[in-house]
Amino acid sequence: MIGIDDPFVLIAYFGIVAATLASLFYGLARRNAARDEITNEDRQWALEEKKVDDEL
Amino acid sequence: MAGNPSVGWIDILVILAYLLATGYLGWLGYRGTRSAADFLVGGRSAHPIIMAVSYGATFISTAAIVGFGGVAGLFGMSLLWLTFLNIAVGILIAFTLFGEPTRRLGHHLGAHTFPEFLGLRYQSRAIQIFAGALIFLFMPLYSAAVMTGGSIFAATQFGIDFEVALLIFAVITAAYVIPGGLKAVMYTDTFQGFVMALAMIFLLVFTYSSLGGITEGHRYLTDMADMVPGPLKAMGHEGWTAMPAFGWGDKSYDLWWIVITSIILGVGIGVLAQPQLVVRFMTVRSRRELDRAVPIGAVFIMLMTGTPFLVGSLSNAWFAQNGPILHGKVVQVIDAEKDRALVELMKQNDAGDWEPVISAKTQSPAKAALIVTEHSQARDASGQDFELVGGRSTAVTYVQGDADRIIPAFISAALPHWFGVIFFLALLAAAMSTISSQFHTIGTAAGRDLYERIGDKGQSREPSLLVMRTAIVLGLLIAVTISYTVRQEYVVARFTAIFFGLCAASFLPAYIGGLFSRRVTRVGALASMVVGMGVSLFWLLLVKSKEAAAIGLVQLVTGGKTSILADHPNWPSVDPIIVALPAAALTLMLVSAFTTPPDAEHLRRCFPEKKR
Repeated sequence: MIGIDDPFVLIAYFGIVAATLASLFYGLARRNAARDEITNEDRQWALEEKKVDDEL
Repeated sequence: MAGNPSVGWIDILVILAYLLATGYLGWLGYRGTRSAADFLVGGRSAHPIIMAVSYGATFISTAAIVGFGGVAGLFGMSLLWLTFLNIAVGILIAFTLFGEPTRRLGHHLGAHTFPEFLGLRYQSRAIQIFAGALIFLFMPLYSAAVMTGGSIFAATQFGIDFEVALLIFAVITAAYVIPGGLKAVMYTDTFQGFVMALAMIFLLVFTYSSLGGITEGHRYLTDMADMVPGPLKAMGHEGWTAMPAFGWGDKSYDLWWIVITSIILGVGIGVLAQPQLVVRFMTVRSRRELDRAVPIGAVFIMLMTGTPFLVGSLSNAWFAQNGPILHGKVVQVIDAEKDRALVELMKQNDAGDWEPVISAKTQSPAKAALIVTEHSQARDASGQDFELVGGRSTAVTYVQGDADRIIPAFISAALPHWFGVIFFLALLAAAMSTISSQFHTIGTAAGRDLYERIGDKGQSREPSLLVMRTAIVLGLLIAVTISYTVRQEYVVARFTAIFFGLCAASFLPAYIGGLFSRRVTRVGALASMVVGMGVSLFWLLLVKSKEAAAIGLVQLVTGGKTSILADHPNWPSVDPIIVALPAAALTLMLVSAFTTPPDAEHLRRCFPEKKR
């Protein structure tokens, strides 16, 4: 098939396409499924992260 | 094979347009939101494309494209399993299973580096220092891989010496990372990621169409199995569209163990425990952002690793059809019908006589499989008449077996020069985004995880900018020195695989245990990290022959052998990860089972969402 005779290479070739498609479906199916909120803890963490970055 | 070094006006226009766009986006970024943390502070959401592509740009570099693409040129399409793992493990599993727990735990504990994350999770200064030291000591190996890959490409594309290209690359890197270019400017990362993705699409379409189509290109390559160089065939290479021969107990299975354990598993699994990638999850605003980044990340990684692995393999077919004509004397007919023969390569001397080409590796006349297209009579240096044949060979022959040069040589020979310039700029950008995150990690490992934690009498110290900067300069010098001194077979991919494998064996069990288990203890985690690193280093120094022989200790121990298991075929080709990762995981479980469980109050702080 498609000029490749080794089934294990074919599985990898089509496995890449399948894994990418699975990722696409996952993203589409769950695009609004999870909550999207920022807690004070998250904000505090980000402020500290900026400080760590600024140290550099 | 050096490329055309001249730079035309189209090249200059391309370079200017690229630099202007990058500069404009960088300026936009510095005016306002530039890093993931800025988005979070501002309470805004980074577009999933920006999040996914900038994550991908941190992961993908010249190491993946030049290094692993070249390995695919040498070993073939078995490397597509690595692309599969990069998507299935590096994106799908990492984002869906590890992303959110890492983000939540990191924020609960206030961790900002990977060693700090582990140290706070297990309430252990020793764990943080151990992880920081490991990163500080071994990350330069990975940086060296990225630098070597970029320098080889520049050397081939612009026809300059590798040493000159490395010097230029080192100066650009120093100018980028030392004065503070370490902040990930997400807009420029994304732009550069897009350029890279478009370049990959063009490269893939061009390669397939120049070979007559997908099936035709694959079929031609499949039919070239009889042209695999002898030394590779002896290791189990069965053609560029086939897996290497599988088995145990004979040297003819070595290649399978090299490809599967070192190249595919080391990097494919090791990505989960990469310090600079784990930290990225903490900069994400919510689970929803992670979910939305999955499809874009998958497509990006498919293009950025799948394309070089396919093109690397297919470059053998392209050179066999379009490469420069090589000459020589037939040593053995491989297939008379297809005009294929094993040829002792020859070149004309100043007097016009033909003399053998001497292989730099073996110091004997170089031989290669040729598709013969020309026959003529010629005279050798001793005055004897012989039949001179001319024909084309595989990419492996044209780069004299140096896998790291396959992708640069193909782009330089097959594609328009302006594309080579764009590709080089995009590669440089990919290298810089990876290198900046590497040196950021080195700097914080030295400053935050080592200097601050190794305080006087156990008290932590204030952060030191000087320590971080010194660590970055030191890391850069070590990386450049490694790049300059070590130029061996597919070294770019090997350095990358060593670092990824070391991270997997040392960190992965403790990281997974820290995310998902309340029973793993501080002693268990530390013991697993020590065992993971210890077994990996033991294996690299004394068992895995390629690395052990280069380091040299094993020859002293065994009296000249390249592995303490040299008399047991295949063991010297097995990667440390196969032994070290299970040993580390087992240690984690056993030691945790027999040591005091973590404090309940601390666990409530780590996992406030979980009910007992």
